[in-house]
Amino acid sequence: MHDLSISELAAGLRAKHFSSRELTEHFIQRLERLDPALNSCITMNQDAALVVADAADRQLAAGGGGPLTGIPILHKDIFLTKGLRTSCGSRMLDNFVPPFDATVVERLAAAGTVMLGKANMDEFAMGSSNETSYYGPVHNPWDVARVPGGSSGGSAAAVAARLCTAATGTDTGGSIRQPAALCGITGIKPTYGRCSRYGMIAFASSLDQAGVLARSAADAAVVLQAMAGFDPRDSTSAEVPVADYAETLTDGIQGLRIGLPKEYFDAGLDAGVEASVRAALAALEQQGATLVDISLPNAPLSVPVYYVVAPAECSSNLARFDGVRYGHRCEAPVDLQDLYERSRAEGFGAEVKRRIMIGTYALSAGYYDAYYLKAQQLRQLIAADFRNAFQDVDVIMGPTTPTTAFALGTKTDDPVAMYLNDIYTIATNLAGLPGLSVPVAPVDGLPAGLQMIGDYFAEGRLLNIAHQLQQATDWHLAPPPDFG
Amino acid sequence: MTLDSTDVAKIAHLARLKVADADLDAYARELSKILHLVEQMDAVDTSGVTPMAHPLHMTQRLRPDAVTETDQREAFQAAAPATEDGLYLVPRVID
Repeated sequence: MHDLSISELAAGLRAKHFSSRELTEHFIQRLERLDPALNSCITMNQDAALVVADAADRQLAAGGGGPLTGIPILHKDIFLTKGLRTSCGSRMLDNFVPPFDATVVERLAAAGTVMLGKANMDEFAMGSSNETSYYGPVHNPWDVARVPGGSSGGSAAAVAARLCTAATGTDTGGSIRQPAALCGITGIKPTYGRCSRYGMIAFASSLDQAGVLARSAADAAVVLQAMAGFDPRDSTSAEVPVADYAETLTDGIQGLRIGLPKEYFDAGLDAGVEASVRAALAALEQQGATLVDISLPNAPLSVPVYYVVAPAECSSNLARFDGVRYGHRCEAPVDLQDLYERSRAEGFGAEVKRRIMIGTYALSAGYYDAYYLKAQQLRQLIAADFRNAFQDVDVIMGPTTPTTAFALGTKTDDPVAMYLNDIYTIATNLAGLPGLSVPVAPVDGLPAGLQMIGDYFAEGRLLNIAHQLQQATDWHLAPPPDFG
Repeated sequence: MTLDSTDVAKIAHLARLKVADADLDAYARELSKILHLVEQMDAVDTSGVTPMAHPLHMTQRLRPDAVTETDQREAFQAAAPATEDGLYLVPRVID
């Protein structure tokens, strides 16, 4: 059952080949048996999941339900789940049981999905390897000595290992696309504002966006369809109608113009990854697409710009964790200052503290113009590069990451080396554009990803192109050898 | 910009983070390294460029000034470390 697509599972449920309870029990058993090697899940939700599965079975028996009714998924532990601990990968929220659901969680529950549990992640989504989690690193199912990528590392590892059908994720600088690439699955980060941020613990509010990690573009389309849309409870939610992704999924791609930015095929790109990416591009060319060389001249500055904008916003957002209203509180504080300083020092890990301090510094008196204002100006130039490019091409493509998954522990002592993993993904967030990663041919047995960047609200087009690629190739079908 | 341990102590205080004296130098090295990365921004002249605060060009939506939320104080305070009579408890602020 765990190898079937979401539409095959939905058909199986309707044909009574299996029930949602059986399907849910199957995934719970896989999680119990296989996840100790991966650590992809922080909190399980077995009992409540079976109650929801039974309700889905009743709905299906009565002839009701939709394409996701009874389908088991995982939620990244950044999304608030009413009554179920939501840690955000941090000691700070180790004891936090939310009093309400995130909009994304609410919508996917309304669509009939069964929540199996909460996926591991880098602490407060700050990391590219899932090694900053308070709950320990996640292991890559293709090689458990390697990282799964991050910050949605638990979501990616669990989907790749067939421990759930699909999972939610969030992407601030590459946190859906990078782990999707390193774990050999499909991940989509929609346009900024496409999915509600309500109840999604904030890291960098002008960049954060929810999305999906799934085994194929078709599966991702079904899940995103249920998540996306305007939400009055999120002040930056886009009041733009959601397209019907299924309707355009099977469109042909003849005449598609694909821009290849020379900055994404630079000296830092691993030769094996480049060869696999070019093979995928050739497959699209065979279907009638045209490859066009383009330039995004300011894209190489996206990492420096990001490491001002994201820490600045994080230092402000994480000021709410004060040991007073919820979250970790230190023992026996002597005064209010001590309560704040020790609760935060004990509750946050090293990477979160580094980013809070960088952000605090960049926003402090006398430095604002040199750092934050400068970064916002460059952000304008980076976004303008994309606008110019989309005058001539329909979609931009390149590698998702410069290399395949690296070994656990190799970059934890060097924050800057870790940050450079996201060199090809960050510009998309700065511009607010949608991005998608699909698996290409493995490199020495490890997955790699092709990144597709679309114009604003072109999620349907990206899913369509990815689906067409997956109709013509089988790179997305192979499971990790030990998790088939 | 290279930070020293005095700078880090000041930043940590602004950020309300307790940093042990023994850790100040290590943070100074790491934060300086990140700032060196960030200073690559100086390579581009941005004079006259309008800062981009937000990816979508939209105006702030406002809602009518009407009560829409019900009182959930008990549910919200259930997650608090210490409360009494509906109030959050902190160490004494005024003697």
